Amino acid sequence: MSKKIDQSWLNESATFTRPVIREIQRAASEGIYDIRGFGAKRSIPTFDDLLFLGASVSRYPLEGYREKCDTRVTLGTRFAKKPIEISTPITIAGMSFGALSAQAKEALGRGATEVGTSTTTGDGGMTPEERQHSKILVYQYLPSRYGMNPDDLRKADAIEVVVGQGAKPGGGGMLLGQKISERVAQMRDLPQGIDQRSACRHPDWTGPDDLEIKIQELREITDWQVPIYVKVGATRTFFDVQLAVKAGADVVVVDGMQGGTAATQEVFIEHVGIPTLPATRLAVEALKGIDMHRKVQLIVSGGIRTGADVAKALAMGADAVSIGTAALIAMGDNSPEFENEYNELGTSAGYYDDYQDGKDPSGISTQDPELGRRLDPELAGRRVANYLRCLTLETQTLARAAGKTDVHNLEPEDMVALTIEASAMAKVPLAGTDWIPGVTHKF
Amino acid sequence: MNTFDLANESVRQLNQTLHSNQCKDAEIAVINPGGKHSIAVGAMVNCQVNIDGHVGYYCAGMNQQADIVINGNAGPGLAENMMSGTVRVKGNASQYCAATAHGGLLVVEGDAAARCGISMKGIDIVVQGSIGHMSAFMAQTGRLVVFGDAGDALGDSIYEARIYLQGQPKSLGSDCIEKPMNDEHKQELGELLARANSTGVDISNFRRYGSARELYNFKVDNLSAY
Repeated sequence: MSKKIDQSWLNESATFTRPVIREIQRAASEGIYDIRGFGAKRSIPTFDDLLFLGASVSRYPLEGYREKCDTRVTLGTRFAKKPIEISTPITIAGMSFGALSAQAKEALGRGATEVGTSTTTGDGGMTPEERQHSKILVYQYLPSRYGMNPDDLRKADAIEVVVGQGAKPGGGGMLLGQKISERVAQMRDLPQGIDQRSACRHPDWTGPDDLEIKIQELREITDWQVPIYVKVGATRTFFDVQLAVKAGADVVVVDGMQGGTAATQEVFIEHVGIPTLPATRLAVEALKGIDMHRKVQLIVSGGIRTGADVAKALAMGADAVSIGTAALIAMGDNSPEFENEYNELGTSAGYYDDYQDGKDPSGISTQDPELGRRLDPELAGRRVANYLRCLTLETQTLARAAGKTDVHNLEPEDMVALTIEASAMAKVPLAGTDWIPGVTHKF
Repeated sequence: MNTFDLANESVRQLNQTLHSNQCKDAEIAVINPGGKHSIAVGAMVNCQVNIDGHVGYYCAGMNQQADIVINGNAGPGLAENMMSGTVRVKGNASQYCAATAHGGLLVVEGDAAARCGISMKGIDIVVQGSIGHMSAFMAQTGRLVVFGDAGDALGDSIYEARIYLQGQPKSLGSDCIEKPMNDEHKQELGELLARANSTGVDISNFRRYGSARELYNFKVDNLSAY
């Protein structure tokens, strides 16, 4: 029998924490890096580090539930003959059929459609279920070109040229063999059960000048009808956004490092890219610097969870946001309902991130038919719609409190920062001061 | 025959025409292409397009059903993501021709530059000259026939595509190996050459390359191959 020890004497290392020690032991045992889903878990500056200044003597607020506060936004006004009009500035980010079950993709389409916003395909092509249940569907044009074909391209309401994503800017993807079902394999023209690598860069263009020609080609194939987005992972955001605009983008999507993934190396998720907070400010500065703010629309994503996040992103100058991980959670991911099964997988509700394994008890990040059937697309779609409505109401609540008749009228002047880091990154003053680090004089 | 003079008419006008049923079974001549980009992209119906001159990027991109002949050289991304139909270039093709293409037949009568057939997904490619480095990189399915030589790292990380090479590969890429030429492969090659109207070629001079399938599932023991 082991001796009982007094836990209060144990002193955990701040450098070699228990998770660090466990990871070293795992690496020594398996000889390979950790691959997981979800997004960055480390603590970084976020929109939580900003606060709104509600109306007072110098500003007057709008009455909640009575005075109108518009949330609509039009995306793709630059070149497309048919820009996208969405009712709420919150869209569903690209997530692949393959990473997600067909039921989950259908549910995302149902939820987005119910509230009048868009959803997005992912690596692996467009499924009929997704197209059928998505009133507004953005078709991703990815380096792998899995399932890419001109018929689906013409069925899309917009095309998103994916250069990178926040979870792994500069990295490709890996769908492990256990998730390569017969249908996924057939859609991707590859054998069943093998690991599928998604390329890290496009096979037929390199650099911004080529991208401009590539966008022209896509416009020619689709007769200049639909908007073309360019999505980048947040890194050298100022330059990437200006180059995307120069290349002809109608919409630029900037995905911060908190953005989710279905399967990426842990070291990549936690150590590459910049947070959504500074990326948003850099993207807006980039657009303003070439007089294209509000002419080319900006969508930001990565760690958007609440209406406060949405309102702050808009206040910094974004036209819309995208959600991914939060939408999965809304559908049932990490629900306590599956606690026993999470325990069987060696984890717990609230911690589950092994989307790459395909054993998701919620039926979302899996290709196991039995698990997939657990997810009722109608119910899950309803949950997504409820969540989107909640986010929209929260955003309006904050905008009305700041006296805005349109959520897009929120501006940096409506906010202050709680920390010096957030103040420097967002370029709004530290609360109670007129100081913005790096900005010499505010007034 | 409809004629598009790209010295006076736009690429947009040409492509719009190719996206309508009015050109079904029609013969379309394109003159003075002047190296312009995205010529004859997204064609949707069975028709014959003859381009007299050199073309820029992405000519015949995402082609479906059309038969397109280029009497000149082609810039990067020729017939990228083609689905069906045929594309024949009388001269040389620049880099990544037939990238990610799903179907149809591409014939290059001259040489093709680097990354020919990169990530190909079902297309058949016949290059009557030589091909550049990293050709058939991550090639998934389809066939690549080359009369001449291949540059470095042929078929790197190849999946189920088949390569028939008459000349020498400068080197083979990871997981690409030479495989036996059995009767079924000789027959397959003969049929491909016939489809490409390539005569006077001795099938017995060709060797076949494909995947060793050692890297299909990640194994840490294969780390040196990546």
